[in-house]
Amino acid sequence: MAKVQGAIVINIERCKGCEVCVDICPESVIAMSKAVNGKGYHYAEPINDACTGCTNCAVVCPDGVITVYRVKI
Amino acid sequence: MKELRLMKGNEAVAEAAIRAGADGYFGYPITPQSEILEYLMAQKPYETTGMVVLQAESEVAAINMVYGGASCGKKVMTSSSSPGISLKMEGISYMAGAELPALIVNVVRGGPGLGTIQPSQSDYFQATKGGGHGDYRLLVLAPSSVQETYDFVKLSFELAFKYRNPVMILTDGVIGQMMEKVELDDQVPRSTREEIIKACPWATTGKTPDRERNIITSLDLDSAKQEKHVLKLGAKYDKMEENEVRYEKIGCDDAEYLFVAFGSSARICQKSMELGRAKGIKIGLLRPITLFPFPKKPLAELAKQVKGMLVVEMNLGQMIEDVKLAAECRTKIEHYGRTGGIIPTPEGILNALEQQIIGG
Amino acid sequence: MTREEIIKEENLVYKKTALFTDKALSYCPGCGHGTVHRLVLETIEEMGIQANTIGVAPVGCSVLAYEFMDIDMQQAAHGRAPALATAIKRLNPDQYVFTYQGDGDLAAIGTCETIHACNRGENFTIIFINNGIYGMTGGQMAPTTLPNMKASTCPYGRDTKMMGNPLKITELVAQLPGTYYVTRQSVHTAGAVRKCKKAIRKAFENQKLDKGVSFVEVVSNCNSGWKMTPVQSNKWMEENMFPFYPLGDIKVPQV
Repeated sequence: MAKVQGAIVINIERCKGCEVCVDICPESVIAMSKAVNGKGYHYAEPINDACTGCTNCAVVCPDGVITVYRVKI
Repeated sequence: MKELRLMKGNEAVAEAAIRAGADGYFGYPITPQSEILEYLMAQKPYETTGMVVLQAESEVAAINMVYGGASCGKKVMTSSSSPGISLKMEGISYMAGAELPALIVNVVRGGPGLGTIQPSQSDYFQATKGGGHGDYRLLVLAPSSVQETYDFVKLSFELAFKYRNPVMILTDGVIGQMMEKVELDDQVPRSTREEIIKACPWATTGKTPDRERNIITSLDLDSAKQEKHVLKLGAKYDKMEENEVRYEKIGCDDAEYLFVAFGSSARICQKSMELGRAKGIKIGLLRPITLFPFPKKPLAELAKQVKGMLVVEMNLGQMIEDVKLAAECRTKIEHYGRTGGIIPTPEGILNALEQQIIGG
Repeated sequence: MTREEIIKEENLVYKKTALFTDKALSYCPGCGHGTVHRLVLETIEEMGIQANTIGVAPVGCSVLAYEFMDIDMQQAAHGRAPALATAIKRLNPDQYVFTYQGDGDLAAIGTCETIHACNRGENFTIIFINNGIYGMTGGQMAPTTLPNMKASTCPYGRDTKMMGNPLKITELVAQLPGTYYVTRQSVHTAGAVRKCKKAIRKAFENQKLDKGVSFVEVVSNCNSGWKMTPVQSNKWMEENMFPFYPLGDIKVPQV
């Protein structure tokens, strides 16, 4: 099986800090920021490079704020 | 040579709908208007013109089906009688708020409540002053013959689409059930999808790439926008008052006394006029055909001319309020009517004129 | 590889569907409505039917669904969406028509319209969001509120003797010959979302067959109404809602 590496981009201003993506991620890539966005929500952010681009976080996000990229390496 | 047929008022509504190219009828049985749905089902226009005919599970469901169909730019209608029209009031208000064209036929029976199945005219307030919540009006047409009932269906659709507003035909159990000869016109084809998209660019017909999405709603939580919207509706009703008033004057030129009556009451008044004139009483009749917009101007004029007006309506006195307003109380105005489903007699009406207006 | 090297157009594997308008969703953080909206729009986009779809929005939290979905939509009075959809579909048989309704809309005031549309076997899709509470009006009891579950109009918990039992409307309509496909899904995990997407896709595709109503219930959370965090509410839902409203297909067409 080819190795894959992924990366997520989060629309910080649209994230409502619901935290559902945090435990969904099988690689514990996501944590909630200390900073807040324009609406006062702590937003989700990737905190390491372990992302495999599985899209679980994006698929479960109620606001669709996560965009996922993936390459074979 | 037009086709002539002897028809019941209710049947005329149904036949007119088919011939006017209506796209859908959604209704529910209630006396005295169930023949409309029965006739449509018997005629099977779904096999000829493709018109949808559906017996809904309630009057509430039916008016909401009309809302859905009208939102697509289709010519749709429903009918019911008094208690069923009460059930439709939420839907009617929604349709006025969302600016949807459609026809609602009320074959009025005695009320309030379950009332009686015999005729009355006690839904005047409900039809012209609201009935449903909010600042809206219905354009209301009151036929007094089976021919008018037939003619008003096509007219109602034209007016409904002209103003993007629901229109009501306010008839009663007398006209709904009686039989008269009707001149029928030729079948108008139902509108094609292209015609609808052209005539109703606001309708939900499926968002194509060339336009923004269409939303049909009566909700706006932004007060500034909602006020603008309601004022726009008000301007529409003003336009109706300018352009759509319809009435009939009989024997008014030399009238010293006036009957004001609509629907079947107006027919009976004509006999009373005959009887009165034979006794030397100069009586005229003003018959409003549109109840909204109300014929204020001709009544204001006649108020200066006549010594008194008798408003004859089968209720406790509803239209009389609009007559008094229009006449600015310049002359004596009294009400005569029967309720509970009893029809006034020509003699009873003339007697009331003599007692309440001439004598009183 | 660096992050910048990965984040390139050609490496894109998932982004929110273009059929959302630009407006930010007005739903509470963590609410399943947003996810289900996305699945419906993805389905419409993938089937290429944006120009051939008419949706009906309810009264409830999703009353403003038409602000977010870039398709022609109608806003219905509370409970009446299946009546609107009946007329829309019968008058426009080539359009894909769906209603999107909450539990109060579909199973309280709208019970009559729901049952009769299903009984007539109308050829449209009903999406039913069941979170056991009235969200928009501030958290009152719904027809699907569980026994002993607290809500603002049953502050001591739903007393089934006084207030009746929760209504399993989905099982009820499945018994009618007019329903063709009836299923219960959820959107609280990635796996559940993917299953739900398949169900919604099937529910739309079924309109080509004209065999009756496709009814998709989504058991969802209402963390605001239930007074929990989104993550807590999903856990509570697994532990309490799913045993009462089990997930899975309730009625599938016999092949």
